[in-house]
Amino acid sequence: MQKVGVFVCWCGSNIAATVDVAAVAEAVRSEPGVVYSIDYQYMCSEGGQSAIKNAIQEHGLTGVVVCSCSPRMHENTFRKAAAAAGLNPYMVEIANIREQCSWIHKDMEEATQKAIILARTAIAKLHLNSPLVAGESEVVKRALVIGGGIAGIQTAQDIADCGFEVDIVERSPTIGGKMAQLDKTFPTLDCAACILTPKMVDAAAHEHIGLYTYSEVEEVSGFVGNFAVKIRQKARSVRGELCSGCGVCSGKCPSKKTPSEFDQGLSNRSAIYIPFAQAIPNVPVIDRDACIKFKTGKCGLCAKVCSAGAIDYEQQDEIVERRYGAIVVATGFKPIALERYGEYGYAHSPDVVTSLEFERLCNAAGPTKGKLLRPSDHKKPKTIVFIQCVGSRSDDGCGKTYCSKICCMYTAKHAMLVKEKYPDTEVYVFYIDVRTPGKNFDEFQRRAVEQYDVHYIKGMVGKVAEQNGHLRVQASDLLADRQIVIDADMVVLATAIEPDPTARSLGTMLTASMDQNDFFTEAHPKLRPVESPTAGVFLSGVCQGPKDIPETVAQAGAAAAKAVALLCKSKLLGNPCVAGSDSMLCNGCSYCESVCPYGAIDYVYKDIIEHGKKELRRVARVNDAVCQGCGACTVTCPSGAMDLKGFTTVQIMAEVDAICR
Amino acid sequence: MHTSEAQLARTIRRISGVDTKKCMKCGKCSGTCPSFAEMDTHPHRFVSMVEDGDIHALMQSNTLWKCLSCFACVERCPRGVEPARLVEAVRLLVIRGKGANHMTANDIPALLDEALPQQAIASALRKYSKA
Amino acid sequence: MLRMDKMKYSYYPGCTLKTKAKDLDQYARKSAQALGVEMEELPDWQCCGAVYPMAEDEIATRLSAVRALDSAGRQGQPLLTLCSACHHVVKRVNNDMQTNADIRLRVNNYLELDTPYTGQADVLHYLEMLRDHVGFGELKRRVKKPLTGRKIAAYYGCLLLRPSAVMQFDNPENPTVIEDFIRALGAQPVEYSYRNECCGGYIVLEDAGLAAKMCGNILASAREKGADTVLTACPLCMYNLNKNSGGQVEVRYFTELLAQALDVDHE
Repeated sequence: MQKVGVFVCWCGSNIAATVDVAAVAEAVRSEPGVVYSIDYQYMCSEGGQSAIKNAIQEHGLTGVVVCSCSPRMHENTFRKAAAAAGLNPYMVEIANIREQCSWIHKDMEEATQKAIILARTAIAKLHLNSPLVAGESEVVKRALVIGGGIAGIQTAQDIADCGFEVDIVERSPTIGGKMAQLDKTFPTLDCAACILTPKMVDAAAHEHIGLYTYSEVEEVSGFVGNFAVKIRQKARSVRGELCSGCGVCSGKCPSKKTPSEFDQGLSNRSAIYIPFAQAIPNVPVIDRDACIKFKTGKCGLCAKVCSAGAIDYEQQDEIVERRYGAIVVATGFKPIALERYGEYGYAHSPDVVTSLEFERLCNAAGPTKGKLLRPSDHKKPKTIVFIQCVGSRSDDGCGKTYCSKICCMYTAKHAMLVKEKYPDTEVYVFYIDVRTPGKNFDEFQRRAVEQYDVHYIKGMVGKVAEQNGHLRVQASDLLADRQIVIDADMVVLATAIEPDPTARSLGTMLTASMDQNDFFTEAHPKLRPVESPTAGVFLSGVCQGPKDIPETVAQAGAAAAKAVALLCKSKLLGNPCVAGSDSMLCNGCSYCESVCPYGAIDYVYKDIIEHGKKELRRVARVNDAVCQGCGACTVTCPSGAMDLKGFTTVQIMAEVDAICR
Repeated sequence: MHTSEAQLARTIRRISGVDTKKCMKCGKCSGTCPSFAEMDTHPHRFVSMVEDGDIHALMQSNTLWKCLSCFACVERCPRGVEPARLVEAVRLLVIRGKGANHMTANDIPALLDEALPQQAIASALRKYSKA
Repeated sequence: MLRMDKMKYSYYPGCTLKTKAKDLDQYARKSAQALGVEMEELPDWQCCGAVYPMAEDEIATRLSAVRALDSAGRQGQPLLTLCSACHHVVKRVNNDMQTNADIRLRVNNYLELDTPYTGQADVLHYLEMLRDHVGFGELKRRVKKPLTGRKIAAYYGCLLLRPSAVMQFDNPENPTVIEDFIRALGAQPVEYSYRNECCGGYIVLEDAGLAAKMCGNILASAREKGADTVLTACPLCMYNLNKNSGGQVEVRYFTELLAQALDVDHE
């Protein structure tokens, strides 16, 4: 018979206001095996934990039941306390009398009765607990960073600076991400490329960082500390180790009609191309869909002019298999498509552009060499209208419900850049609210109004009509209660941002949870913002939620710190509450294997001796390290061979019996 | 008999089916309304006044007769507020009152011409009267 | 695209198509015949009311639309409409019957039909029928006198497109169906910014100046892009545009040009 101690927590008034905690402690005193039962104000406090430790020692407790908040809050706390007093941490059971009792009932008598039942149930289960011992697993001292934008680069650098190996896998031919496309960055108006490219170079040069560009993660298996990842290195058709980066190939390439992704389609690139001048690695890629040789078999000019002999049309995709202890997701974002926002005329006029396209137009390395010119006729725009919140803050089903966070600031930036270069331009910004929550952000936006004479109008544009090569912008000015019409030369749409399209399939591969907007969910929105609830997966940058560059860099560092904390460990303690199959009962049906979401079960042939006979049987085998203890296999198993340690069938039945008493 | 503002506001909310709290005061409805210049109470103010329960004033406004029911505000509002339904609700409150038709059959002959489709007459009388 | 030689629809003309907008109706019927589409006029229909009653407690004003829908539903055929306004009213009332339990209950209480109407019928506009059942490819094949050289501007107006959540006719801000239709007829479609802005509708009786202003914008926008003709699907749009065109562009029903192209516009 166990010697059980019961500790009923007040949780201040969270529980005590609705549950008569003293009555609960009293009621369970007479339960079989209970030798000690108290109520206490805050069990999770030092005092509470000491009470547990002292009771274990003074009364020789072999098991502890804590009636408190959800085990998700403090199960670990109480397990640690028990362990500190010499009791196996898995001889601790939690009865949730807060989230599942006091917080959802109003009547004290009802709630108290329910709390007593919950306590009895936990005691019944505890009687059948076994002292479990957590298994150990190794930690591979290497991290994987998925995404090579500023977030991925920063995280990789921070991890590498701690002495650990890091691989960056980047889908496009170069690292740099969206930041490389920007002209200047707020609030300092630093040139984006000037501050980014040194980081890119450092990342490439760092002894601990490996770059896999033009590559994608194809498969992930394993678990925290020991992920097995397959990376597909797509064929560049150029041998990087031979290429000198001279650029003659792209110059000579006759296929020049492909819209440049880097310039957001505002200019064309050749089939063999380097995305931008400071690309890293400085090795071109052949876009096989645009390449004449790959499409028709004719051409091959690049191979002829390449003095390094680096062109390799036969190059194939390669699969690289690597192991990692930690994975950091940094897949970034893209602006939304504008098909549901036709009232702004984006599809009908080249002079209606998104903010990212505008960024390219301003950029000295962009399609107009940094001169702000209308895409339609290359004339200087005299009047520019900026429209905020295109597709953000919208719950009509067309756009995103959230605020995209960066647009108020970058629009103020755009407005000021225009006025700085071309002071004669009339600049209007239509806004709903102006959101400037960062350091020096509000002062930045005020400069646009007070110093640069940008017209900020509170109101929204109803329609942009293309007329005679001009853009007739019809909008409201709410403070003046007027409808105004502006004859603009250019309209810039502050388009909502959404996660990169590869995020969802990556989330599935990692079993990392995502919200309805495809942003990766953090383990706790306030206290654990850079960790995924999936152990070993960390989040860096906009993939977790819209944010600007200062926040991205800060979060990237935080993700790196968490990853390093994991990689530092010499070994990891696993979860001992894992499934196990009784080979004597297993009939080899494979149902468990097919329902396991983690691939933790496989089948092996084993010699089974029963009734004096030896037989070779096909039986289930659970990999303790991969098993997450979800229990799907145990309920599926038709013969009852599969059971879950810490939540065995008899334990569950004992709980049910206790409830039904 | 004086119906209180609160009662009128309740009626408007009920028959329009609109939740004015969803409005985020962006002004896109007013930005897009083709009749803006003709109205004394513009769409964004109309929504705001319903929210404030200022119904009597709305019942006097000419907006009720200038709204085209073109649904541009409904289509383009990012919060799904549907201002046109509010205008219709207030308009109904007016014309359902005894003797309060804005246009009657007697007004039609003066407006007729050869080509006028009866669709025009039917729609105008449906919108402007309860006869 | 389905090649259905016996495509049959319950046709709801609406009041104006029998009188002032006879053209819209007759050209539609002739073209349908030429395309192997059967338009079976509903035996018993009433004016739909011309405007959709938006209020949740307007029941009587929805009844005529429901009667038409019920009739079509019992035939197991889609309800086919030609006039934008009728299409708008009937489609939205049908949506109410499908999604609003209170309206559905009260309408059925009034009508006392043998089987309550709960939105079984589909509402199809003639253009949707051409696009989705006949197919513009098939239409093009059947065109005998292509309207080559004509620069035609599609005027959608507001009622076909909005609110898009219910009408689901095309992209409300960037539609293509009538331009595709024009292309199938062999003409060159002209896109212009005001093709989905209201013509004023019934406001012409209350404030003719406002209707004139709106039509002025629409026609100027179409002309600026080089259109010689403006196509419409609504008798009231036709009236408003014609009144304010100043003879600068032709305003035609889309069915007239369809019949022309199929060479059935004579007799």
